[in-house]
Amino acid sequence: MTKSDYTNLVKQYSPGSKIAQNCLRAFVVGGAICVVGQLIMNVLLAGGMVRDDASLLTACALIIIAIVLTAMGTYSKIGKFAGAGSAVPITGFANAITAPAIEYKKEGLVMGVGAKLFIVAGPVLVYGAMASVVVGIFYYLFGGGR
Amino acid sequence: MTILWAFIIGGLICVAGQLLIDLTQLTPARILVIFVVAGCLLSGMGLYQWLVDLAGAGALVPLPGFGHVLAQGVKKAIDERGWIGIFTGGFAAMAGGVTVAIVFGYIAALVTKPSGSAAM
Amino acid sequence: MKKIMGKQTVRFANPPTVLAAASIVGPKEGEGPLSEYFDQIAPDITFGTDSWEKAESQLVSDTIQLAVQKAKLRMDDIGFILAGDLLNQSSGSNYGIRACERPFFGLYGACSAIGEGMALGAMLLDGGFAQYVLANASSHYCGAEKTFRFPLELGTQRTPTASWTVTGDGAVVLAAQGNGPFVTAVTAGSIVDMGVTDASNMGAAMAPAAAAVITAHLRDRNLNADYFDAIVTGDLGQVGADLLMALLREEKIDIAKQYDDCGLLIYDREKQDVHAGGSGCGCAAVTFASYLLPQLQTKKINRLLFIPTGALHNVASIQQGETIPAIAHAIAIENRVPASDPPSSTKGAQS
Repeated sequence: MTKSDYTNLVKQYSPGSKIAQNCLRAFVVGGAICVVGQLIMNVLLAGGMVRDDASLLTACALIIIAIVLTAMGTYSKIGKFAGAGSAVPITGFANAITAPAIEYKKEGLVMGVGAKLFIVAGPVLVYGAMASVVVGIFYYLFGGGR
Repeated sequence: MTILWAFIIGGLICVAGQLLIDLTQLTPARILVIFVVAGCLLSGMGLYQWLVDLAGAGALVPLPGFGHVLAQGVKKAIDERGWIGIFTGGFAAMAGGVTVAIVFGYIAALVTKPSGSAAM
Repeated sequence: MKKIMGKQTVRFANPPTVLAAASIVGPKEGEGPLSEYFDQIAPDITFGTDSWEKAESQLVSDTIQLAVQKAKLRMDDIGFILAGDLLNQSSGSNYGIRACERPFFGLYGACSAIGEGMALGAMLLDGGFAQYVLANASSHYCGAEKTFRFPLELGTQRTPTASWTVTGDGAVVLAAQGNGPFVTAVTAGSIVDMGVTDASNMGAAMAPAAAAVITAHLRDRNLNADYFDAIVTGDLGQVGADLLMALLREEKIDIAKQYDDCGLLIYDREKQDVHAGGSGCGCAAVTFASYLLPQLQTKKINRLLFIPTGALHNVASIQQGETIPAIAHAIAIENRVPASDPPSSTKGAQS
C-alpha cells in the first residue's frame, strides 16, 4: 500500500467534526459574548463616556471576566463546548494569556509565568504589530497622512 | 437594535473561525493570527468601519475588531505625529487591553494552582 | 538453540515468567470500565504533589514499589529497571526511579514503552544477566497535554480522531524462572511512517506499525492469527483499530474475533468523552497489568499477543511539517511454552 493509498484509507475511517453542531455552538456563544460586550458599552456610553474610552473599557471588562473564568477552570469548559465561539472574541485572547501563565507557574515567576505568558497569544501580537505597520506605511504614503 | 446586530455579526465571525478550524488543518493560533491581520488590513482599507457602526461590540469584540483597533490607532498616530506614528500607533492602541490582560493574567497565575479539573 | 526466527522475531530458550504486575491510575480511569481491576485508583490527579511532573514521578515510584511487593520480592532483587514515559527526557521515570538504587535503563518508545521494556527485559533474563527485571511505563494526562499540546486551561476543542492520555502507571516484574505465564517470543518492530501529519490522529499514524509487526510475528513463527486467544494493541483507539483491520485484510489476516485495543478497553468512549479512545504509555501498561495479565493467570485466555504502539514525533517535528513515525512491538505471552514452533517459512504465514 502506498502512502497516498493509505492517506485515502485514513480519510475513509476518520470521522469528521460535527460541523453544523460546532458552528451553531460557536454562533450562539460568540454572539452572546459580543452581546455582553455591547451591554457593557451601552452602560458606559449612557454614563457619558466618549466612544473610544468606552470601547477600551468594554474590552478590558471582557478580558477580566475571561481571566477570572480561566482561573476558575470554567473557560476551558466553555471552549470545549463553543470552539471558535469562545476563542475568536477578545476573551479568547485573555484565556490564551492566562492559561499558560497558570500552567507554567511551577517553572518560576520569570522563566515560567513571565516567559510563557505569550506562548499562545504572542503570535497575535506579533502579526498584529506587523499588519499595523503595513497599514501605517500605506496610509502615510497614500492615505492622506501628513 | 445594535444588540441584535452584535449577536448576529459577532456570532457569524465566530462561525467563520469554526469553519476554518473544522474544514482546514489550520491550528487555532494560526486562525487567530489570520483574523487579527485580516481585521487590521480591512480596516486599513476602510472596509471595517461600517461593520463597527452596524454591530458595535459584535464587530469590536472578536479578534478582527482587535485588528481594526490597531489600524485605527496607527492612522490616528500618523495624523498626529507623521511617519513616527507608523511604529507607535499600533501598540499604543492595544496598550490598554494587552496591559490589562498581562496584569490580571499574572495575578491569576499567582493566586491559582493547576487543579486538573480540565482532566476529567 | 537459535534464538532468532525469521526476519525479526526472538524466541526465548528459557522463556521468562511474568511474575507480577501492578497498576495505579488517576480518577478518570478509575471511573472507566476497568475500574474493578486496578490495584489503586488515586482520588486526586496531583497524586499529592504540586506539579504534573512530580505527580507522574510519584505515580511511577508508588507503582514500582507495589509491583515489587506483589511479586513478593525486595527492590534489591530487581536486576534491572527498564522504564519510559512521555515527559521530556523521560523525566517521569528518571525522578520516580531515582530512589530505587537499582540499575536502570531509560527507554523512549512513546506509548510503546511497556512493550519495549518487556521485550528487552525478557532478553536480559533469557541471556542470563538477571534473575528479575522490572518493566515500567507511565503517562499523566496533564503532563502530556503540557508537553505535547496546550496549557490545560486553554479553551480548545478536540477533533473526533483525538485520543485521551491515560493517567496511570503499569509495572511488570519478569522472572528468569517461574511457572508462567511465559514471554515466549518477541517481535521488535521497525519504524513505520505512512505519511500521517495530523498529531490529533495518532491511531492512524500507528496502525501501519501495528499491522507490520503483527504480520511479521505470524510470518516469522509461521502461525495463523487463530493461534492466539487474544490480540491486543496498545492505544490505537477506534480510528486506528479500524485501520488496522483494513490493513491486515490486505495481508489476508483476519483477527476480528480475538482483537481488542487497550485504548478502547480503558474508557467508556461515549460517557467519558474521550473521542477515539485512550492513549499514552500508561494505556497499554495499566491495561496489561490490571486486566490482560490476570486473564492469562486465571487461564481465561492462554495465548496473548500484546502489541503496544507508539507515535515517535515531537512538537518540533510536527511544527516543521514532518510526518509521524510510528512503532509497535509484539510480545507473545503464553501459559504453555510451545514445544517448538513449526519451522519458519520465508513466505508469509498466511499466503
